[in-house]
Amino acid sequence: MIRSITKQKPLAEVLELLGEMERVFIIGCGTCTTMAHTGGQAEVLAMKQKLVETGKVVTGFLVIPVACDNLTEEALQQNLPAMKESQSLLILTCAFGVQTINRFLDFPVIPALDTLFIGKEIGPGLFEEVCIQCGGCILGETGGICPVTSCHKGLLNGPCGGTNNGKCEIDRNKDCAWTLIYERLQKQGRLSAMRKFQSAKNYQVEPKPGKTLFELERSGS
Amino acid sequence: MARVLREVLRSGEFVVTSEIGPPKGSDVSKMSHHIEMLKDKVHALNVTDNQSSVMRYPSLGGAILIKERGGEPILQMTCRDRNRLALQGDLLFAYSRGIRNVLCLTGDAVPVGDHKTAKSVFDLDSTQLLRAIRTLESGKDMGGNTIEGKVEFCAGAIVTPEARPLEPQLMKFEKKVDCGAEFFQTQAIYDMDNFRRFMEYAGRFPVKILAGIVLLTSAKMAKYMTENVPGIFVPQTLIDELAQAPKGQALKKGIEIAARMVRAIKEEGLCAGVHIMAIGREEVVPEILQAAGIGFNGHKASDAGT
Repeated sequence: MIRSITKQKPLAEVLELLGEMERVFIIGCGTCTTMAHTGGQAEVLAMKQKLVETGKVVTGFLVIPVACDNLTEEALQQNLPAMKESQSLLILTCAFGVQTINRFLDFPVIPALDTLFIGKEIGPGLFEEVCIQCGGCILGETGGICPVTSCHKGLLNGPCGGTNNGKCEIDRNKDCAWTLIYERLQKQGRLSAMRKFQSAKNYQVEPKPGKTLFELERSGS
Repeated sequence: MARVLREVLRSGEFVVTSEIGPPKGSDVSKMSHHIEMLKDKVHALNVTDNQSSVMRYPSLGGAILIKERGGEPILQMTCRDRNRLALQGDLLFAYSRGIRNVLCLTGDAVPVGDHKTAKSVFDLDSTQLLRAIRTLESGKDMGGNTIEGKVEFCAGAIVTPEARPLEPQLMKFEKKVDCGAEFFQTQAIYDMDNFRRFMEYAGRFPVKILAGIVLLTSAKMAKYMTENVPGIFVPQTLIDELAQAPKGQALKKGIEIAARMVRAIKEEGLCAGVHIMAIGREEVVPEILQAAGIGFNGHKASDAGT
């Protein structure tokens, strides 16, 4: 399952964003931020504690099962009285959650997390970015490993000069995507795929902001 | 006036190029001094393009200075800082100012430089930039629109003979050849046996290879490079040689090592020439050339100045 990978903002930044808003309602999420330990029940309670210590008043808190889901509206409605006593909502969900909540309510929303990437948990506490939704999938020619996402430079035609014994020049803890692609294609006897010249990429397949209306087929027609 | 690089590359004579690092700032006096010092001692001079992702005076500006002073510039162009509109526009500008040589590079990663929070561009990669040059030469831009006036470049690229694993690097080398690279500057090489093996492979392609010679200034630097810089291997024997140099003589030893390699490459006819990079020590390049027996435009030193 794909996850929205987040990290907590430093407390100083959170306090700066809250500014003079003394009364705060805290919202977490039971899905991605719970798994990443950035905005689940435990983190929400820890944030409550920290805010109280700095003199804030926490009017209540809530951990929504899936903050980016439309059911979020119901959960919010049930907690309206405590929210109305606050001056702002401090939100420990990813940016999808913040924007979903913002769509249903007209309260000042303050994100307590930064959303890093859409990725996958590949080991305990270890998350990796898997897709940047570029709109032009070339996985069929790269052994199922995405260079647009996994190569720091998003290179399409093979490794740069910074490839370093299977690692990337920017971080020895990061793999060189093109070494992984090479090894995979070699194993499959498909290195010819790597020899194919990939022409300049279309970065405007779906110009930002993404918005697509699909024609839905009517059932029975 | 300097000769056109493409002609020199095709002449069969031993080609010598070097490199100028532009200043951090607008004061070009030191760079101008380096240009004056080197322009008549090498066939062409590269100007680096925000090398190591450190913001500097632009390659294009340095290349124009070289041209104005009668030298033969090689414009370095990385794909890190400009999208395809800006790259093509700069190529048009470069051509209009008499610049005829371009070295196409991917560019170092932003996080290794001095503006670590900058947005990386990489709209194109080095192979696509080479292809873009050939497209412009055909009279069209990358959008398929007709351009007014011709452009024509001697286009080069880089290759890293010590990359590990090597095969993906060689596959990219071949793509660069297919995309129109005429010459290649290699990443620094120090192991001559490895380089001979590389040339047995690369010599089969219709391109000119210039061996990258990076001046070693101390044993510490050599050790750092081999341990930390991707694609660079410095044999222990060279590190020992530098370490054993008398105190204060390491640079002299580094010059001797660089000269020895240039001489060996030339005498063996291993490749078309050398590209000498004395990063931050441009003023010692003439010493390297003299010690290697390279005189003006490839003549023997004994012939020069007489």
